[in-house]
Amino acid sequence: MSVWTRHQIFEKNSIILLIGILLVVAIGGLVEITPLFYLKSTIEKVDGIRPYTPLELAGRNIYVREGCYLCHSQMIRPLRDEVERYGHYSLAAESMYDHPFQWGSKRTGPDLARVGAKYSDEWHVTHLRNPRSIVPQSVMPGYPFLASNEVDASQIGDHLRTQQIIGVPYTDDQVQNAAADLKAQVDPDSPGADAFLKRYPKAVARNFDGKPGNPTEMDALIAYLQMLGTLVDFTLYNEKANLR
Amino acid sequence: MTIGETCLALIFALAVLLCIYAASQAHDAAFAFHAYVSAAASAVAVLAIFNRYFERPAALAPQEIDGRPNYNFGPIKFSSVMAMFWGIAGFLVGLIIALQLAFPVLNFDLPWIQFGRMRPLHTSAVIFAFGGNVLLATSFYVVQKTSRVRLAGDLAPWFVVLGYNFFILIAGTGYLLGVTQGKEYAEPEWYADLWLTIVWVTYLLVFLVTLIKRKQPHIYEANWFYLAMILTIAVLHLGNNPALPVSFFGSKSYVAWGGVQDAMFQWWYGHNAVGFFLTAGFLAIMYYFVPKRAERPIYSYRLSIVHFWALIFLYIWAGPHHLHYTALPDWAQTLGMTFSIMLWMPSWGGMINGLMTLSGAWDKLRTDPVLRMLVVSVAFYGMSTFEGPMMSIKVVNSLSHYTDWTIGHVHSGALGWVGFVSFGALYCLFPWLWNRRLYSLKLVNWHFWTATIGIVLYISAMWVSGILQGLMWRAYTSLGFLEYSFIETVEAMHPFYVIRAAGGALFLIGALIMAYNLWMTVRVGEASESETPRVALSPAE
Repeated sequence: MSVWTRHQIFEKNSIILLIGILLVVAIGGLVEITPLFYLKSTIEKVDGIRPYTPLELAGRNIYVREGCYLCHSQMIRPLRDEVERYGHYSLAAESMYDHPFQWGSKRTGPDLARVGAKYSDEWHVTHLRNPRSIVPQSVMPGYPFLASNEVDASQIGDHLRTQQIIGVPYTDDQVQNAAADLKAQVDPDSPGADAFLKRYPKAVARNFDGKPGNPTEMDALIAYLQMLGTLVDFTLYNEKANLR
Repeated sequence: MTIGETCLALIFALAVLLCIYAASQAHDAAFAFHAYVSAAASAVAVLAIFNRYFERPAALAPQEIDGRPNYNFGPIKFSSVMAMFWGIAGFLVGLIIALQLAFPVLNFDLPWIQFGRMRPLHTSAVIFAFGGNVLLATSFYVVQKTSRVRLAGDLAPWFVVLGYNFFILIAGTGYLLGVTQGKEYAEPEWYADLWLTIVWVTYLLVFLVTLIKRKQPHIYEANWFYLAMILTIAVLHLGNNPALPVSFFGSKSYVAWGGVQDAMFQWWYGHNAVGFFLTAGFLAIMYYFVPKRAERPIYSYRLSIVHFWALIFLYIWAGPHHLHYTALPDWAQTLGMTFSIMLWMPSWGGMINGLMTLSGAWDKLRTDPVLRMLVVSVAFYGMSTFEGPMMSIKVVNSLSHYTDWTIGHVHSGALGWVGFVSFGALYCLFPWLWNRRLYSLKLVNWHFWTATIGIVLYISAMWVSGILQGLMWRAYTSLGFLEYSFIETVEAMHPFYVIRAAGGALFLIGALIMAYNLWMTVRVGEASESETPRVALSPAE
């Protein structure tokens, strides 16, 4: 019996064809995805990496909501020009708490993986309101509406709880105080600020949008942008530590 | 009423109540809006089921009339019309966002229509709404015709086509309201994903049961591709989208995967949405409509067997080529690259099989613009499936990635292959379904040339801008400094963005010509006498 005659078993039985297809398409995914959950280089722990503060998480959700990832990557490749333009190449650990990941696939605008602390808060406020007032050739849309929208603090605890369930290591203390921490981060002189900094060591508490009052979406987004890529101290990072 | 009608009416009645309750509890306005829309849609569904029951004769439509299968064309007609509608909507949004990149003032500083929210609307409208409806319409048509039986299920096919389009509505309005998962080509939030799962499983069942009750001994090869598409899309959708909603009364959820694992899942999904939705599904269209239109048998049955299994096996591995030089481990990147290059062969197997089917019928290209469209689509398929493996090579990718070259590559596949093969199929389907002659072959010719010129403008502009920007990013001065600031490379893109928009406009105009032609076919077209209507070919010049 030739192979062509044998193949008729698939051509004449829809269920056998279905099973055949399922088996054939399963292999590639299993081989490529499964190891990523236990290989050292993909689950490495690096000093300095922490979950987002409530305000940063709210800012990240705005980043996702407005589709920033469609024009900005957050993944610096280990190529000479990219390392010189943007900084140290991105580590797997730097996005380990990112649900979803925002590495992006297109650079209509520059990479943002290490944009944190590169520009002042005021620069970001002006630039987000009207990008062309700072960079005349820019093609980025303006986002003036962020400044007038307050961040909804009432749900933020549920957001942290949800992240905790899917594996982001928030403590119960952080979850319970999420709403207070969200407000405290934009008000460094408030009594809550010390408690916030105790829960998130090395996080930055300051008024990001330059306006007093409750945190706005502008505060949240800038808080997120200003911490991007700043968590790892690369003078101390040992890139040989997690080699396979 | 049949059991099916009763159950479905009850389920939808329950859904009305559930949706109204969900709306009353909603945490955000977008969720409340979607809950109200769902309640209204469920109410309409209940009414439609009763209305249909009172209108229809006591017995359900027979499986056969006079020994010939009584084909079910209603849902196919609906999907074909929706394909045309969403196609034009998707091309229009594409044109708008192309203009926004050339002239950013067109974002108007408004949240709902700024580029970041419109771009997912464009991709979903063309891939899932236009492409999806073409796939639904053609697969339901082909599986009936090649199995010589009526489509399985009574309400189920209607549930599939209406439910699928409702998913598109929820997804699309969600993007504009800022409801997104933030994963490319998988933006719809958890409740839209759940609904799609139900619809898609029903689609699989309708298709599979129709195959099982077929009157032909062999399963026609187009149906292998459709089945692979339906099954694999189900697997990909479930694998990429598991998410935990923050609240069951809110739109926001967090996807279960994070970081590098999420990246790999995403591009395993993303690349195979291309491989199975936009390739396997449309190859199925090629395998039915090209032989049918050319009136020639498929070139090689054995080639189709080999390239079918090779294609579906190899495609799944290719995802990591979207993640070259990232934090994904090197071995995974190399695997992705290797399989992408191997994928060239089965892809060209499909192209050769499609093109060589015209052996002995090449003269028809001069006289039949519909066949010309189908054949040019296969040629574009061959070109993009050469370009793809080339771009998956790591050194090439280091230049092309993050640039417009990727956008150009996608569009040579999307406009040239998926677009043209869909147009060709729809130009065949409308006359067949409504039993009419096609209104005007001359207009098809106009559509063909407008769209072709549009594609050429689009992809060549993107090649130049992509390679130019990639080279500018890595250019160094003689002193060893980076030569260009980022914004200088953005500025250099402007002329190409204008040309690209012009190309997109031409493609849209072509689709408008097509919509007019099909509208006139249905409205005023002459009734065709033969059972399988055929267009009269214009004489060769």
